[in-house]
Amino acid sequence: MALLEVRNLSVAFETAAGAFFAVKGVDLSADAGEVLAIVGESGSGKSVAMLAVMGLLPPAATVTADAMCFEGRDLLTLTPRQRRDLSGSAMAMIFQEPVASLNPCFTVGFQIEETLREHTDLGAAARRARAIELLTQVGIPAPEERLGSFPHQLSGGQCQRVMIAIATACNPRLLIADEPTTALDVTIQKQILELLLRLQAEHGMALVLITHDMGVVAETADRVIVQYNGRKMEDTDVLSLFERPRSAYTRALLSALPENATGSRLPTVSTFAAAAEDGAA
Amino acid sequence: MSATDDPHIGTAEQEPLGPPPVAPWRENWRYFTSNRGAVLGLTVLGLMVLTAIFAPLIAPHETATQYRDALLAPPAWTANGRAEFLLGTDALGRDILSRLIYGARYSLAIGLVVVTLALISGILVGLVAGYCGGWVDALIMRVMDIILAFPSLLLALVLVAIIGPGLFNAMLAIAVVLQPHFARLTRGAVMAEKSREYVTSAKVAGAGHLRLMLVTILPNCLGPLIVQATLSFSNAILDAAALGFLGMGAQPPTPEWGTMLAEAREFITSAWWVVTMPGVAILITVLAINLIGDGLRDTLDPKLKRS
Amino acid sequence: MLRFILNRLVLIIPTFVGITLVAFLFIRLLPGDPVILMAGERGVSPERHAELMAQFGFDQPLWKQYADYVGGLLQGDFGYSFSTKKPVLTEFMSRFPATLELAVCAIVLATVLGVAAGILAAVRRGGWIDQLTMGTALIGYSMPIFWWALLLIILFSTTLGWTPVSGRISLMQFFPDVTGFMLIDSLLSGKPGAFWSAVHHLILPTIVLATIPLAVIARQTRSAMLEVLGEIYIMTAKSKGLAPRRVVWLHALRNALIPVVTTIGLQVSVLMGGAILTETIFSWPGVGKWMIDSISRRDYQVVQGGLLLIAVMVMIVNLTVDILYGLINPRVRHR
Repeated sequence: MALLEVRNLSVAFETAAGAFFAVKGVDLSADAGEVLAIVGESGSGKSVAMLAVMGLLPPAATVTADAMCFEGRDLLTLTPRQRRDLSGSAMAMIFQEPVASLNPCFTVGFQIEETLREHTDLGAAARRARAIELLTQVGIPAPEERLGSFPHQLSGGQCQRVMIAIATACNPRLLIADEPTTALDVTIQKQILELLLRLQAEHGMALVLITHDMGVVAETADRVIVQYNGRKMEDTDVLSLFERPRSAYTRALLSALPENATGSRLPTVSTFAAAAEDGAA
Repeated sequence: MSATDDPHIGTAEQEPLGPPPVAPWRENWRYFTSNRGAVLGLTVLGLMVLTAIFAPLIAPHETATQYRDALLAPPAWTANGRAEFLLGTDALGRDILSRLIYGARYSLAIGLVVVTLALISGILVGLVAGYCGGWVDALIMRVMDIILAFPSLLLALVLVAIIGPGLFNAMLAIAVVLQPHFARLTRGAVMAEKSREYVTSAKVAGAGHLRLMLVTILPNCLGPLIVQATLSFSNAILDAAALGFLGMGAQPPTPEWGTMLAEAREFITSAWWVVTMPGVAILITVLAINLIGDGLRDTLDPKLKRS
Repeated sequence: MLRFILNRLVLIIPTFVGITLVAFLFIRLLPGDPVILMAGERGVSPERHAELMAQFGFDQPLWKQYADYVGGLLQGDFGYSFSTKKPVLTEFMSRFPATLELAVCAIVLATVLGVAAGILAAVRRGGWIDQLTMGTALIGYSMPIFWWALLLIILFSTTLGWTPVSGRISLMQFFPDVTGFMLIDSLLSGKPGAFWSAVHHLILPTIVLATIPLAVIARQTRSAMLEVLGEIYIMTAKSKGLAPRRVVWLHALRNALIPVVTTIGLQVSVLMGGAILTETIFSWPGVGKWMIDSISRRDYQVVQGGLLLIAVMVMIVNLTVDILYGLINPRVRHR
């Protein structure tokens, strides 16, 4: 049984012009130990789907699904309290802007230890020790001093490492990374991705990596889901995606990559009716 | 099949450009009028202006006429009320409604005069400070800081003490006290715009200093200035009423709403309507202006993300 | 942090000098001869006139007069009240506690209620609580506060008889004046009913004075909270599985308070203006009422000295708020 099993997920927002579906009928699943990449343009609903799984959408959003199961439990039927018990301990998420993801008014140590305080029985000294251990794991030098630092004193890459430390503090089984490297320098990007993969392998987590960078997909993913306009366009393993893309949208995406350019004009993906392409074929 | 043969993949020329751009003022107006509070405020203010202009036609009585047989008559809807004095009369037998109607002229004039004075002098000072920079800027901003270091009502009071009580002097004093806000805003905006490319290109094209300041830079700083103007309009009315209440503003028998409240103070136990009515008039007017100001701030604030 | 404080102190000096200059120029800007103005209605003979001119130094060049004035200030000489013959500084210090007590109560009330209202409005954005609190706040700062005071007096003092009309304490209560603060002195005296009388007299003036700051703080808090609640670190906090109350009252509020502290500081100046009106209506024996009375009595040395002292007080409070801001904003405190 898959660790995360989502069937027919739809997310609707109320707007002045009626209901707007950010996600329409998406199925996905993730297993322990595998890296699932979700690819798509901005506005494809890839982040919204994962936010729905984590329960982080505002009350204005209506989430419906045939099933949204984590470790066999249907997330939609849990009480808010039960949901919160899972968040941060069994399931965790990191976001795109690392510096903005940390509270500017509290130290790094406080923010890491807060997760431990919420989900574990560790005492103050034990929490501190664990925080230092986590900072070392994510590759931050001089961790004891770093505990008392504020986010504005750290670089983007360091902040993302801290975020990863917070997310992995309680050994989650599922880690969702929403464009974790988009806001970082190219050199740092590689380091952060390697860190994520290393932690994933060590702890046997399922890693859901949301990205719009096909290069990242090629290097890190086991399976790939392509989303467009709220719908799932393709769901396959990474090799098949690049060699034998079945969906026309996927082909369009791949051909729009500069590496694949032939001729003097770069093709674009024009707006095409999603109805013409019915899911993952 | 090559990528460009696929009907679902187009090249850049086929991409639509999006809807045609809307003229900024029309868009602003549309956004402003979608705010119900702002529209209500505008309507009420409009009614006030009409009341002020057509006061001689609307008011049932003259402001100075004293009806000796109707001293402190209560409003028409109460037990001892008389129909000809809708809101009652004051201690000298003058009809309150008529005095309130004429009072609208004073309050609106006060707001207009004060804001005009403060706006023009504040913009000039701010333009010079922002444009010149250096010691001129430092000196001017120090003076503004000093004015702002005093509580505004207190400073206005002291200024009126120097130049003598009276409505015009009160307006002058309040304008002096409110001016630094405009100066600061203008200076900040000018400093931000000064280094932009359109200014440099105008300079290269041969524009002189004055033209640069007034024609090139100033129109782009208007947004926050307009919002501040509405804020100052309401502050001016309140401050003038306060000065009138303290006896330092408009002098009796002028039917300025604050002065009316000063005369009413001794009747709080005996004639509540003399105390309540002028205050309600002030409240409605200032509330309308503040609603407009809120609407303007939402419309003109560049930081606000709009759907 | 120390550099921040020193920086602020240095920036204040030119403003301080400017304030003394304004106060100095005040009497000299008044139309008419300064000695005759100070002598008031009694008038003064030519010999006495010359004497007083020499005594006050009005025959000296202006810059020397200013130097002497500042010299006097530094020694605590702010002039003499012509109506009570006592030094202005003494008169100020005897009245300042009354204003301070009222102002502190008002700002505490305004902050506690304002911040709470702002948070509730932001968390339930668009709901009835939001509309109610913001609508009330709008009305709150659109009213002339002296009229608001009169209305409250009509309702609570005259009609219902619940609160007294004026003064700081019931005329029946006598106890020693230790700190100048009625709330503290009445508690210290141990006299039955003294503390309650002090509180009773404080209720209406505090509500009146707190109204505008409360409205402004509520609006500012709501606006700051809305901005903060949209930040990503709030999403992080929620993703950690923290309880919603903790997310709002710890993670969000801590950040929203930073701009709100600045607002509270700005309200102090507004408070002094409001104190003038409030003290006049409630016959509260503070510096606001003293200034008004002195202006109408033409006690110009008092007006000059009072203006200077009040401005200095406001400046000190603003400096304190600036420093407080530096303390609670980690970007400033830990560079």
